[in-house]
Amino acid sequence: MPNISRDEVAHLARLARLAVTEDELDMFAGQLDVILQSVASVGEVAAQDIPPTSHAVRLTNVFREDEPRPGLAQQQALAGAPAVEDGRFRVPRILGEES
Amino acid sequence: MTLSTSDVLDYDEVLERFDPVLGLEVHVELSTRTKMFCGCPTTFGAEPNTQVCPVCLGLPGSLPVVNGKAVESAIRIGLALGCEIAPWCRFARKNYFYPDMPKNFQTSQYDEPIAFNGELVLELADGETVVVGIERAHMEEDTGKSLHVGGATGRIHGAEHSLLDYNRAGVPLIEIVTKPIVGTGARAPEVARAYVTALRDLLRALDVSDVRMDQGSLRCDANVSLMPKGATVFGTRTETKNVNSLRSVERAVRYEMTRQAAVLVGGGEILQETRHFDESTGTTSAGRRKETSEDYRYFPEPDLVPIAPSPEWVEELRATLPEMPWQRRKRVQADWGLSDLELRDLVNAGAIDLVAATVDAGASPDQARAWWGNYLAQEANSRGVELPDLPITPAQVARVAALVAEGTLTNKLAREVVDGVLAGEGEPDAVVAARGLEVVSDDSALYAAIDEALAAQPDVADKIRGGKVQAAGAIVGAVMKATRGQADAKRVRELVLERCG
Amino acid sequence: MSELIRLTAAELAARIHSGEVSSVEVTRAHLDRIAQIDPAVHAFLHVDTDGALAAARAVDEDVAAGRPVASPLAGVPLALKDVFTTEGIPTTCGSRILQNWVPPYDATLVRKLREAGVVVLGKTNMDEFAMGSSTENSAYGVTHNPWDLDRIPGGSGGGSSAALAAFEAPLAIGTDTGGSIRQPASVTGTVGVKPTYGGVSRYGLVAFSSSLDQGGPCARTVLDAALLHEVIGGHDPLDSTSIDAPVPPVVAAAREGAAGDLRGVRVGVVREFSGEWYQAGVISAFNRAVDVLRELGAEVVEVSCPHFDYGLPAYYLIAPSECSSNLARFDAMRYGLRVGDENGNSAEQVMSLTREAGFGAEVKRRIMIGTYALSSGYYDAYYGQAQKVRTLIARDFAAAFENVDVLVSPTTPTTAFPIGERVDDPVAMYRADLCTIPANLAGTPAMSVPAGLSEQDGLPVGLQVMAPALQEQRMYRVAAAYEVARDRAEGGPFINRVPELEVAR
Repeated sequence: MPNISRDEVAHLARLARLAVTEDELDMFAGQLDVILQSVASVGEVAAQDIPPTSHAVRLTNVFREDEPRPGLAQQQALAGAPAVEDGRFRVPRILGEES
Repeated sequence: MTLSTSDVLDYDEVLERFDPVLGLEVHVELSTRTKMFCGCPTTFGAEPNTQVCPVCLGLPGSLPVVNGKAVESAIRIGLALGCEIAPWCRFARKNYFYPDMPKNFQTSQYDEPIAFNGELVLELADGETVVVGIERAHMEEDTGKSLHVGGATGRIHGAEHSLLDYNRAGVPLIEIVTKPIVGTGARAPEVARAYVTALRDLLRALDVSDVRMDQGSLRCDANVSLMPKGATVFGTRTETKNVNSLRSVERAVRYEMTRQAAVLVGGGEILQETRHFDESTGTTSAGRRKETSEDYRYFPEPDLVPIAPSPEWVEELRATLPEMPWQRRKRVQADWGLSDLELRDLVNAGAIDLVAATVDAGASPDQARAWWGNYLAQEANSRGVELPDLPITPAQVARVAALVAEGTLTNKLAREVVDGVLAGEGEPDAVVAARGLEVVSDDSALYAAIDEALAAQPDVADKIRGGKVQAAGAIVGAVMKATRGQADAKRVRELVLERCG
Repeated sequence: MSELIRLTAAELAARIHSGEVSSVEVTRAHLDRIAQIDPAVHAFLHVDTDGALAAARAVDEDVAAGRPVASPLAGVPLALKDVFTTEGIPTTCGSRILQNWVPPYDATLVRKLREAGVVVLGKTNMDEFAMGSSTENSAYGVTHNPWDLDRIPGGSGGGSSAALAAFEAPLAIGTDTGGSIRQPASVTGTVGVKPTYGGVSRYGLVAFSSSLDQGGPCARTVLDAALLHEVIGGHDPLDSTSIDAPVPPVVAAAREGAAGDLRGVRVGVVREFSGEWYQAGVISAFNRAVDVLRELGAEVVEVSCPHFDYGLPAYYLIAPSECSSNLARFDAMRYGLRVGDENGNSAEQVMSLTREAGFGAEVKRRIMIGTYALSSGYYDAYYGQAQKVRTLIARDFAAAFENVDVLVSPTTPTTAFPIGERVDDPVAMYRADLCTIPANLAGTPAMSVPAGLSEQDGLPVGLQVMAPALQEQRMYRVAAAYEVARDRAEGGPFINRVPELEVAR
């Protein structure tokens, strides 16, 4: 089933925010194809009536009380930031949804 | 931006040719003490990045834990909307990159909402009812807030850089989505507004949210499409965001109808896109076109276990539901002996809950109606805010009414007291004391003022003594002036007549 | 070389708690060993000399004052995989994107270690974000296997396993998503345990694949692993998937097992774990280990788990899918590396440039595979099917454990392979996890205990012992019994067969 093209790899890289190089596109196109072929066998086995497992533990309804807990001070929150301004994280201009 | 005539089609013409279909998505911030998945406080307006922790900052290694109170609120909202409650559901990750979202995925619910398939009954201004189907109500988390620096407009476009505050990131949200609303024709904009109003009232009655559209604790996205009259297949829809008031909901829907109609009539196609409403112009504009179509790659959130509300728990929560706004309307109409018209006026003014709460706090229905329906309604109108957003509570109004009833205040003084409360001078009794507004009910003080006035106008005094009772008005007026209006005019008149008797 | 570094954690604890030796002396001995040997092994990314000595002094003060020590492991040094957050100490996950990141909080596991008086020596090397089977995917250089410095120490927790085998620490912490504790243990002749999913808190464990990741103990002996297991295990309200139940009595089980009696224990040999990918030397060492179990009184039967063959493909869909989402947060906005913030580049461009520069090839590969597998058109065929395979594998385990108490297999199909051999062949690399993955998919516990050397190449082979969820005591008992029999046959602790490292002076 899989046959992953260079264009598809480029699309995946865009979705995943990876500015991959042209060389990487060639390399990954080949490797992803091999990997996807090697995992395609999952399609052979599991039938319609098998329920999927999303969680390894059978827990439900794990809740927290609505009680405030101490968090981080502003300075701690910002300590690891690449850039800071006025108590906020400074980031490059955002291409927004607004026109 | 100027509007050329071809931008929009005349509204009547829109309706001759098209049927509108609406879909409304409302996001409600819950008023829980802490966030959806961590113990950070949710108070509005704190210093930036002071209500954050490793979880809501999305720091590596951190894990979410669900706020049980938020789940309760979600179930109560679902029940109040007549929804079915899922016996088992999961959170899901909605994956997309955006700097205001610390994990670059939103923890939300996808194909397993906690509540689904309900309805909300609306009453329009003329009393017509519309039933709006509820598709689903699900739990998710809010994003942080960005501030755009540089650029001419201070808006995102043209900004040089942005500043991020994550205090709001992780605040619990309930997203309530309607089923397609069809067949409303010319009334579509009105229905949209009535729906958001009714939902707001319902959420307020449930006491689950501040429902402040101006602060963003209630937000509406309006999906609008048109189909040729008589058609059954829906047209392509647009989703209008940034609709921040009830009035804007109505305007945005109306504008989109006229804009889309102009495009369609001109032979164009409607693009499925996000549009932004501009309060100042009353128009919508297209968002940035994305390079690639959105694919959110939803999958079950592995860090949170499923939620499985037991029937017992759901019934317990059902028992906590307060009287619903529509039930309350029926009841108050009977209790207060209102005509349909009187009731509708109160409903349209958004005053029902306030009046009821004022009555609950001890005022008579007539007094409560008079305050909210007249003086305060005008005040809200002149301030350009919704009635419930006035800085006065039903309990305070009831106290003012009580002071009038016991004769401490005249109606005129009472309005001054209300003005004082609205001006932030404190409780009614404090305003009375601070402004010295108490009625002068001490008869000896009044006698002194009356004697003074009679002495100053001997000819008038003679006329009264001579039986010309209507001449007393001049003396009453003088006394009222002397007491700076703080006397009960009726009592003054009695005393004047007695003096001259 | 100080004799102290050759002792087990249990022995060190006994000497420290009796006052015979101080924790500071023990800690210094290990710090010295690290200074001496780590240039050749490169197990550590960061050594916290001051923090370690401070923790050691605190334990010594307790002992001197006659106060009860904080735990049975108080004062014993430990090497911590650099995937757990440590307040004030860098945490990189072996990635350039987290270079110099200093977390503002401790992982729950780290807090428990500190509260137990365990001395954290530093942070160990790993495959970037725990993706790999050789530690070659670290952004900070490869770690060398002390049995043969030209070979890999396993992965992703190769730093922790190498630190144990090089006597740089008697205890270590690993994380196991598809075998990252057990496979490194296997190829370094050490013990590694993946507890039941939910048995050890994941709060502060930087996520690779959330539904599979599990922190666990690493040591040179089964008892030491058990002692550490009891320190780090238990319920954590900050982890929603943490099990609210007592830690299984693994220390007692290890002691019971050491008596060397496995009569009444039923052991299942998984039929599917053999075939073309398995080295003959691994299979024969495994068979000898099974013979030993039989000699100890265990009843050995062959068991079929037909869906285990699908574990590897399912894993290589689920783990990349979850990682594509978990690693999205590394975007240059709030912490970590930022690249390309110039020339008016937008946030979106800076994100892409940073992630391109900050992630290595294996991480990018998996992010893209996961992005693909979760895409709307492919979800059902890939992620959805893989989740069904999980169900089938859990059913295979459940059926097997109706008939046997534990399952055994080789831990990994081969011994340590040469550095560089598989770097350009991801699929060959992935096969290292063939036998370990089913336990991750099912959430059940499993461990690797050294099973002697392969007659083919003289390198260590691991025996994997698997148990039902929350029944860790079963596998500890079997592993401890085997360990005693093995060392008796060998005439001394197996780990002493690791060659003396040539130290550049």
